[in-house]
Amino acid sequence: MTEDCPVCGADIANNGLLTNELIPCPDCGSDLEVIALSPFKLEPAPEEKEDWGE
Amino acid sequence: MAYSVIRHDEKMILDAAKREGIPLDTVRMEDLSSALGDVPFESDAVLDRGISQFRSYYFLKMAEEAGILTMNSSEVVRICGDKYLTSAALVRSGIPTPRTSMALSPEAALREIERIGYPCVIKPVVGSWGRLLAKVNDRECAEAILEHKDTLGGYPHSAIYIQDYVEKQGRDIRAFVVGDRTICAIYRNSEHWITNTARGGKASACPVTEELNDICVRANEAVNGEIVAVDLFETGTGFSVNEVNHTMEFKNSVAPTGVDIPLLMLRHFIDRARC
Repeated sequence: MTEDCPVCGADIANNGLLTNELIPCPDCGSDLEVIALSPFKLEPAPEEKEDWGE
Repeated sequence: MAYSVIRHDEKMILDAAKREGIPLDTVRMEDLSSALGDVPFESDAVLDRGISQFRSYYFLKMAEEAGILTMNSSEVVRICGDKYLTSAALVRSGIPTPRTSMALSPEAALREIERIGYPCVIKPVVGSWGRLLAKVNDRECAEAILEHKDTLGGYPHSAIYIQDYVEKQGRDIRAFVVGDRTICAIYRNSEHWITNTARGGKASACPVTEELNDICVRANEAVNGEIVAVDLFETGTGFSVNEVNHTMEFKNSVAPTGVDIPLLMLRHFIDRARC
């Protein structure tokens, strides 16, 4: 199953991805979040917040 | 395991659980709501892997109010998520750490910086990944940074955390503590004074000596931690603890150390959950 990158339109395959997983687009490098697996849906990853991190 | 998003680190934890046959359900913090007195989700114990410190803190509070074991606890998040509270806990426990000051106005901060001397470092009390750290080399630089914080920063920037600048000779140390043991450590090598691997610092294996293990375990105890990453400087008089991180990121450290950090974390979590 594949889905278009919402930023550049590249074809991205679901190879063992998980819901809410963050992945980089292999073409444009944008950070994406897997919103759903069935149907497979990607969105731009949420923007980094001030309290994010370790 | 509680999370907001699944990063490489969380995926490594899930892979380790699957590989070892460890039962590990996931719960997304943003999907939950719960009235006080109710049980927010069914579980005996929860491993916090939230990316947002603020959400993690209240998620863990919700769990603790319902009698669910949390690792790390909300108290650890409260302390480690605030650089001043971390520094205070380290000083209270007699653990070497860079000299730290707090000022609550730009004027007081400038007076304190002039007293400490240059260079020094200004950090936001809340923040990670080397964001908004400022090395202050002279008075003009201090005035500019303090004006920017006062004008552009939100309310957390009104608490101004000032620290001695420590010359790192191109590297510092990140050590991983699980329970009462430092399981491994890396050098973070960078020509930049900010060495976070999130900012491009390169990881290489660092031997865990008795001295390193001792100070890291004590730092973990100082913040009441269970699973933490301790950042340290090497100084002429021994190690100095810079930070203690409550939701440690380890994806760049497994390969150079050869230690299965997510598996050791999981085993410790399961052992504690079964107690």
